[in-house]
This record gives sequence, C-alpha cells and structure tokens, in this order.
Amino acid sequence: MNGFPILSLMMAVPLVLSIVCLFVDGRTARVLALAATLIDFALGLVLWSHYQVGGAQWQFTERAPLFAGFQWALGIDGIALVLIMLTVFLMPICIGASWNSIEKRVPEYMAAFLFMETLMIGVFTAQDIYLFYIMFEAGLIPMYLIIGVWGGKDRIYASYKFFLYTLLGSVLMLIAMMWMVNEAGTTDVPTLMAYNFPVAAQKWLWLAFFASFAVKMPMWPVHTWLPDAHVQAPTAGSVILAGVLLKMGGYGFIRFSLPMFPEASAYFAPLIFALSMVAVVYTSLVALVQHDMKKLIAYSSVAHMGIVTIGLFAFNRQGLEGSVVVMLSHGLVAGALFLCVGVIYDRLHTREIDRYGGIAINMPQYAVLFMLFTMASVGLPGTSGFVGEFLSMIGIYQLSSWVALVSGTGIILGAAYMLYLYRRVVFGVQKNPDAAAMPDLDLRELAMLGAMAAVVMWMGVYPETFIAPIRADIATLDARLAQAKPKGDGQLTANGFPVQGWTVTAGSAR
Amino acid sequence: MGWLISLRMIAAEDILSLTGLIMLLVAAWGGDKTARALTWLGVAALATAAWFTVPALCHDVMGQEASAFFGQYSADSFAAYSKLLIYIAAAASLLVAPSFFERQGQMRAEYPLLIVFAVVGMGLMVSATNLLTLYIGLELNSLAAYVLAASSRGDNRSAEAGLKYFVLGALASGILLFGMSLTYGFAGTTSFEGIRAVLHGGLSTGALFGLTFMLAGLAFKVSAVPFHMWTPDVYEGAPTPVTTFFATAPKVAALSLTMRVALFAFGEHVQVWQQIVVFVAVASIIVGALGAIGQGNIKRLLAYSSINNVGFILIGLATGTPSGAAAMLVYLAIYVAMSVGGFVAVLMLRDAEGNQIEAISDIAGLSRTQPLLAGALAMVMFSLAGIPPLFGFWGKFVVFQAAVAAGMVPIAVIAIVGSVPAAFYYLKVVKVMYFDEPAGKAAGRGDAVHIALLCLSMVAISPLGYLASGWLGGLAKAAADALFHAA
Repeated sequence: MNGFPILSLMMAVPLVLSIVCLFVDGRTARVLALAATLIDFALGLVLWSHYQVGGAQWQFTERAPLFAGFQWALGIDGIALVLIMLTVFLMPICIGASWNSIEKRVPEYMAAFLFMETLMIGVFTAQDIYLFYIMFEAGLIPMYLIIGVWGGKDRIYASYKFFLYTLLGSVLMLIAMMWMVNEAGTTDVPTLMAYNFPVAAQKWLWLAFFASFAVKMPMWPVHTWLPDAHVQAPTAGSVILAGVLLKMGGYGFIRFSLPMFPEASAYFAPLIFALSMVAVVYTSLVALVQHDMKKLIAYSSVAHMGIVTIGLFAFNRQGLEGSVVVMLSHGLVAGALFLCVGVIYDRLHTREIDRYGGIAINMPQYAVLFMLFTMASVGLPGTSGFVGEFLSMIGIYQLSSWVALVSGTGIILGAAYMLYLYRRVVFGVQKNPDAAAMPDLDLRELAMLGAMAAVVMWMGVYPETFIAPIRADIATLDARLAQAKPKGDGQLTANGFPVQGWTVTAGSAR
Repeated sequence: MGWLISLRMIAAEDILSLTGLIMLLVAAWGGDKTARALTWLGVAALATAAWFTVPALCHDVMGQEASAFFGQYSADSFAAYSKLLIYIAAAASLLVAPSFFERQGQMRAEYPLLIVFAVVGMGLMVSATNLLTLYIGLELNSLAAYVLAASSRGDNRSAEAGLKYFVLGALASGILLFGMSLTYGFAGTTSFEGIRAVLHGGLSTGALFGLTFMLAGLAFKVSAVPFHMWTPDVYEGAPTPVTTFFATAPKVAALSLTMRVALFAFGEHVQVWQQIVVFVAVASIIVGALGAIGQGNIKRLLAYSSINNVGFILIGLATGTPSGAAAMLVYLAIYVAMSVGGFVAVLMLRDAEGNQIEAISDIAGLSRTQPLLAGALAMVMFSLAGIPPLFGFWGKFVVFQAAVAAGMVPIAVIAIVGSVPAAFYYLKVVKVMYFDEPAGKAAGRGDAVHIALLCLSMVAISPLGYLASGWLGGLAKAAADALFHAA
C-alpha cells in the first residue's frame, strides 16, 4: 500500500461522481451515488486492512505542495481511521435511506451528499491545518442546501441557524489558526501537535477553537441549532448530521485543542465539565418531554456528546478511549434511530409520538430492531453503547466522583426517555388505525437497519476491533497531556484520603 | 529623462486617449448607430493597452526606472497590476452593455467613449506619484462617471443617481483638494517622493490635517463608511452595466491610489493613519453587513456588499506592511472577478418580456427554472461570503493572514465576526433561489457575450481559482514590492 494515494482516491471518487450526478436524471443519480459510496466503503475496508496497528503514528501519508504555502497533506492515525470507517459505512445507508423518500431534485441531492462525503473524509485526513479548515467549513454549503431544499416545514429557519451558528464558531478558529501558523511557522498538523505554545496565548487559542468545536459538538448552551436542524433535515441528513458532523467537534478537540493546548485544556477543563454536566442533565430532561421523535433523539445526542466532552477532558486513557468509542457508538446508534424514525415517517408522514402506538403488532421486525437500538442508546451491556459509556465513566470517576455521579444521572435519564419513547411508539394499544395499517420493513430498510444492528452488536461484544487502532494514539495523547493533568478527588493523597475538590489548581496548569 | 521616453512609458494612456478621441469623432459624425462598433473598438484599445502594461508587471519595475515626466507619473509593477484589473473590469462592463441598452432603445455612442476616458483617468490615478497627477486622474475619472451614472436619460432613478453622485463626488473632491493643499503647504512639494523626504522627521499638525482630509476624500471614492451613503442609491439608479463598472474599476483605482498615498507618500507614518484606516475598515464591514439585511433590491444588496468588501480590503491597508498591501491586491483581483460574475448574472435576470429583474423576491425558485444561472449566482454569493472552497475565501484569508502577522489580532477578530451577518444576506439570495417556490417571473436570458463572461468569472471564483493563487500572489507581491521600494 506504500505510496498509493488511497486517501486522495477516497476523496476523489465521491467528488467526481457528485459532479457527474448533476448532469444525469434522478434514477441514474441514485445508482451512481450508491455506487460511489459503496466504492468508498470498499476502499475504506482496504484502508482498514492495511492499517498497521502499532505501526507508525501517521500512516498513508501524502504530501504534495499545493499553492501559496498550502500543502495537500493527508494522513491518518487510528482515531481518524475509525471515524473514516464510520463515515464510509454510514454513507451508503444514507443514500439507501433517501432512495424513495426524496422525490424532488434527486440529482442535486445526491451530488450534495457525495460532496459532503468528500469533505468529511477530508476533515478526518487533513494534515495541513488550513486544509482542515477548508474541509471543515466547506461542509456548510451542502448541508445548508440539504436542510433548506429537502427539509421539513421550518427548514429555512433551521438552515439559517445551522449555517450562521457554525460559521460564527469557525471564523474565530481561523484567526487562531493564522496566529498559530505565524508563531510556529508551519501548517503541518503533527508538528503543531507537538509545538509548545506560550501558556497565555494557549488560553485564547483554546477559546477560539472551543467556539468552533463547541458549536459543532454541540455543547450546551450553543446546542440549540441541533434540534432544529435535525427535525427539519431529511432522514439521511439527520443521519449524517448525528453520525458524522457532530463527531467533527469531538475529533477537533482530540486533534487540536487537547494536544496543541494541553495547559489551556487543563485550565478550562472545569468549564467543560460544568457545561457538559448541565448538558447531560438538562437535555436529558428536555428529551423526556418531547412530542417529536426526532427532537427527542436530537436532545439525546446533546446529552451523549456531553459525556464525550467530559471523558475527553478527564485527562486519562480510559476517558479518552471511552469518548472515542462513545462517538463511534453514538454515530451508529443515533444514525440508526433517525433511520428508524425515518422508516415510520415515510409511512405516516408525521413524527408526533402520539400518532403511533402498538406498532409492534403490525411491524414486529421493526420493533425488534428499534428495541436493539434503543437498548444501545441506553447503554445495555452487549451493545456498543455500553462499552463507550462504561469506559468513559471509569475515566470520569478517576477524575471526580461528583462529575461521575452527575454524568451517571444522565445515563439513567437516558434510559428513562428512550424506554418511554419506545413504549409509546411500539407498545400499547393501536389507537390510530393508519398507524396500525403500516406494513413492516421492506428488504431495503431491513438491509440498512440490519447492517447497523450487526455493527452495533459487534462493537458491544468484541470492542477490541475498534479499540485496537486507537489505543496507541490515545496513549500518545495521554502522554502529551500528562504534563498538565488536573487533579481529581478520585486520586488518593499520600496518607490515603481523597483529594478535596475537583477543580484544577493553578499549579497543575504549570 | 526625455519627453519621448516618458511618452513611451505612458503608452497605455497614449493609446487609450487617442482611441478615445477617435471614438469621440466617430460618435459625433456617426451617431448612435456606431455604438456597437465603438464598444468593440474600446475593448480592442483596452486589450492593446493591457498588452503594453504587462511587461512592467512581469519585470519588477519600480522606483526611478519607472518614473516618467520628471516624477509626475510612475509606470511601475504596482501601477501595472492595478491597471490590468481596471482594464479587465472596464472591458467586461463594455461587453455587457450593448444588449442591455438596446433592449431599452438605442444604445448611445457615449457609453463606450466615457468608459474609455474614465479608464484613462484611472490609469493616471494608479500611476500618479504627484498630487497634481492624482487629482487630474481622479477628476477625469469622476466626470466621466457622473455622466455614466445618468446615462439612462429616460429613467428618473438614473438621473437621481447621476445628480447624487455628482454633488457628493464634487464635495469629496473638494475635501481631497483641501487636504492636498494643506499637504503642499506643509511639505512644500506636490511630489510623493518629496513629501516622503520632507516629512521624514515627523508629521506636523498641518500635514496631519492634510492627510486626514485626503483620506476622507479617498474614502468617499472607495465608498467606505462613513462616506458610503451615495453607494446604494447610485448603484441602484445607474444602468446595470454602469453599476458593474462602478463596482469594479473605480474601486480598484481609488484603492490603489489610497495605497500609494498612504503607504508611499506617508509610508513612514503608518501609526498616524493606522487608526483612521482601522476605524473606516471596521465600520465599513459592520455597516456593509448590517445595512444589506433589509434590502429587497439585488443591486442595492450588492452595493452594501461592496462596502463590506472594501472594509476587508482596507484591513490589509491598515497593516501598513508589504504583505498587507499584497493581500489587498489579491483581494482586489478576486473581488473584481466576483463582482463581474455577480453583475453579469444580475444582467441575465430578465422576465418574459425581457425586462430587467432587480427585486430579490422576483428570482424566487430560480434554481428550478434556470438551474445554471441560479448556480452561478449562488456561487457568487457563497464566494462573497467567503465560504471555502470558493475562491472568495482566499481573498479574506490573505488579508486576515497579513493582519495577524502584523499583530492586529483584535481587529481581525472584530472584522471576521462582522463577516457573519454579511453571510446572512448572501444566504438570503441563495434561499430565495433554492428554497422558495418559483415566482415564475425570471426567465434568464443573455447573449453569448454574457454567458462567456459569466463562465469566465465562475471558473475564476470556483475552487479552480486556487490553482492560480500562487501565481496571483507572486504578481501581487511584485506589485507591493514596487510600492515599498523606498522603504
């Protein structure tokens, strides 16, 4: 595999076919889009099989001078690898989910999705900081169009909100990047990851990156665009939004904020904990009272992402590893849940929970799969959700038992709102005749949900497949963070008593 | 330095003035039916002038070797760069004109003629190394521009635009002239080189006043806040080809002129004028961004957009560094491409009878009826908003990079946050075209020239533009070096 530009190829295939899609009719566009995403998935499998666990930190690197100091610099580590796999796995499913439900302007729709795929792979592979920015930011255009053109009733408001929130966050990051490049004299991400920026500057830089990633993640209180965007976006748009775009925020924290500004990360860790704890509890409670299924899942996403951010800033290996696994698992599970909503939305054209009920009688296959994903979202052992949340909680507990307690509440509330949702939709009496008349899953839906269910179970039963590639990179990151580790009450003092309080002391931030 | 050598150095202006005079005679005898031929003659003259200008850009000409007419005029790389942009913009405004005016009736022969004379004036502006040359160039350009704004004589809005532009422009010229006289009074010379040498030690209060008044006058010409009031009215009222011209060529000329005055003549006093420029830049960005939100006319919207863009360009000036100047020049080139693309697309928006469409609400659903035109306009909008991967991002990128390198991080942050509300109204146009139900009004139509121009500018602002960014950056750097040769 040495020297073969497989990453560029993975970006080129959807890009080229997205342009082709614009010039063909709807039926051909669907087939082309499916072909492109399947080719990318196959390439992803090749990539994974050639990735050497325990090999060099950066593999499949490509370096070519581009223009005006820019580099076409690509390369992946294990964390990027698993996120790319998530992307290429979800994309064919997104195309499948849009097969019948998108009726107008199909070529443009498929083109926008394929363009998104190029950009998402680009975000996870970019090794040049500006290249990363371009990929990160360019995703706004197709997503704006996807929400705005093919979305629901309030799509325009949602698309504006999505675009402007995200734009405001990322422009500040751009200025920070310029400052960093000016200071360090390179745009190379691995070099910058090892560069020691002055601590005073780190705080500003960290805040600028935080503005971008917190919006993308999204963290409370800048999460309000997400429920709107999710509710209005078409099913596949929600899948990709929850499955991959939110992960860009977490990936940004792992790739940029933590290694580049370790001291500032330690300094601001209490802020992250506070915001995330509010998010976990508050959005879980909000999810509990939703009448709209998509909105409920959107709020649950915010809660899950809260656990991710706490885990990331717990500054230990379990927390970091757990966060990556939660991101992967959430990408699959939230994507699958949005698909489940899409399935019944396609039949009844409503997302109101009250309009359904008792559909386990007429849709038994659907009920089983929906149950599986509900359980995965709750974090039942044997599903992917458990592994990530368990690891994160271990990490968080080491940091502080209080934070762990509050985050644990979120998991309990998660069980409450998910089971409540499931009960209202799937169980109970069939009070609505047209809901009772819905046919069960067809082959296409069964294939999509079945594939996702298989991966969710696989991740739950044998997570080592997914943890092995990231282990070394998490260890590297942990070593980098070791110089700025916040003290927590999970650690014992010399005489055996817990350290009081979990806030970072000035001393630990150097 | 003999006269003949000087005349050869100003070859581009020679050609354009002579062509202009010939065109004047042809127009006088031939009347309006020669308009189309004159248009092509004007384009040919611009191309020839460009051909004479290119060598100066390629060979890093600067300082004494570029000086003509005893220091009155400089044919250096900087002037060459700006002139090429002006010629491109002027040629585009000439090419789009015939089909527009012929729809309204006969095209007038004065139009190409006035554009050519305005271009001569702008050539003098960007080459001026003396306050008098500067003023002559500026007035030649302005007088032609006033008439151009009012050239749709049957349209009240056009007359209003011409009158407004003239009254306010004359006031600004007066302010500029007052500043120049103060500067002359305190420096004892009108030559930029002389001003630079005399003010070497420090800036007296009088000279500072002179500089301030000059900057105020120039801010009017580039339509920077707080001297921007005329812009939306003039852009809306003037016939669209004229607006295309106003939005591009005079902006390039006036900004280049401002650069030469600020960075060369007063180049040793950056900290003195920096705060003025910073204020003007930030205010332009904010007013340009907020003012456009309520606009329902696409030409007014583009007027506010140009105010906003000028703000970003002035951020480059505020740095006072060669890299800032180079960034301005890069931005200007991209801005010209975006504006030409945007206005050509607007020119192609016609209803079923072939009348011009200007209301944004009338282009609802354009993406269904005219997908390619809507796509082009959407690209212009995203590019103006500075969203990568479109080339408009590159302009903002280089300017902010220069600002950050010069240590102006807070200004850069304010400016870039100001670009977010601007994105809102660019998105509004996209929203109307893509998300709304078709209003069934727009039936875009354009002749081959329009389509060719639109395609060219689309290629320039598409991600393909980045392929040229190294080359463009090199040219801009050579031009900026010529400006800073004395430093």
